[in-house]
Amino acid sequence: MSHKLDAIDRAIVQATQSGLPLTARPYHDIAEQIGVLPEVVMRRMQTMLDDGVIRRIGAVPNHYALGWSANGMTVWDVMNDYIDELGQQVGALEFVSHCYRRPRRLPDWRFNLFAMVHGRDRAEVEAKAEEIAALLGLHCRAHTILYSTKILKKTGLRI
Amino acid sequence: MWQMDATDRDIVNGLQGGFPICERPYREMAQQFGISEEELIKRLEKLLAEKILTRFGPMFQIERMGGAFSLAAMKVPEEDYDRVTGIVNELPEVAHNYRREHDFNMWFVLATEAPEGINQAIARIEAGSCLPVYNMPKEKEYFVGTRFTA
Repeated sequence: MSHKLDAIDRAIVQATQSGLPLTARPYHDIAEQIGVLPEVVMRRMQTMLDDGVIRRIGAVPNHYALGWSANGMTVWDVMNDYIDELGQQVGALEFVSHCYRRPRRLPDWRFNLFAMVHGRDRAEVEAKAEEIAALLGLHCRAHTILYSTKILKKTGLRI
Repeated sequence: MWQMDATDRDIVNGLQGGFPICERPYREMAQQFGISEEELIKRLEKLLAEKILTRFGPMFQIERMGGAFSLAAMKVPEEDYDRVTGIVNELPEVAHNYRREHDFNMWFVLATEAPEGINQAIARIEAGSCLPVYNMPKEKEYFVGTRFTA
């Protein structure tokens, strides 16, 4: 579903993309900032939430600060005929935070299933990757884990 | 050194979604944590200042606005890493950029309002860095969620 944003929606996105005001009436403050009624801001945001333009509203934790310091992007070369069924199953594992199918870039990059796995240390990530490997079985031809070692940039969306 | 207490943990765990859209949303949520509206706001300010939270607010899904997201990767020679990081990070379309241990050692997320913006950003990075960018847009999303507990 696509949702065409008009000028008011865009103004709301721009006013909130770095965060909601930490004030008693945050939606009223946004309304005042962009020059519309508070009811308009709340109604538009509710519509964007219902349509999935807003995925959710809440806190975005810094997983490193919470002790989830091993961040492993596990990547898998899964046979095309099985990837959708298996991708759903991998995505349903409680320790997988994101799971996508992506194109291979042969010959340099053979992996088409990406599952982000977080752990308190690398041993924990590796144990979880073994669970994924067991689930994929013979339908997976190769896999590896790419650990992040540094956040070079993290600003989120800017429109 | 400042440390989170049990209430902070409840807030981090309990507020990763579902923040209400109403006149006094902090007051409504504060009741759930057994604290005042003022205290919830103060604690959120502290959690942000201490970088326990990277943000507090709406998470947008740009594809639903007609825009595009993509994940792209590069194999950057070590001696060139800082220069290429600068070229990549300078683009406003680059939302996140991570260094990873692999031949493909730079991974970044591009977010653009128009789908053609992805290729334009990639072309600029390739021209500036003289290195190929491997674009790997998602073809299917099986799961996106957050399951971090404090």
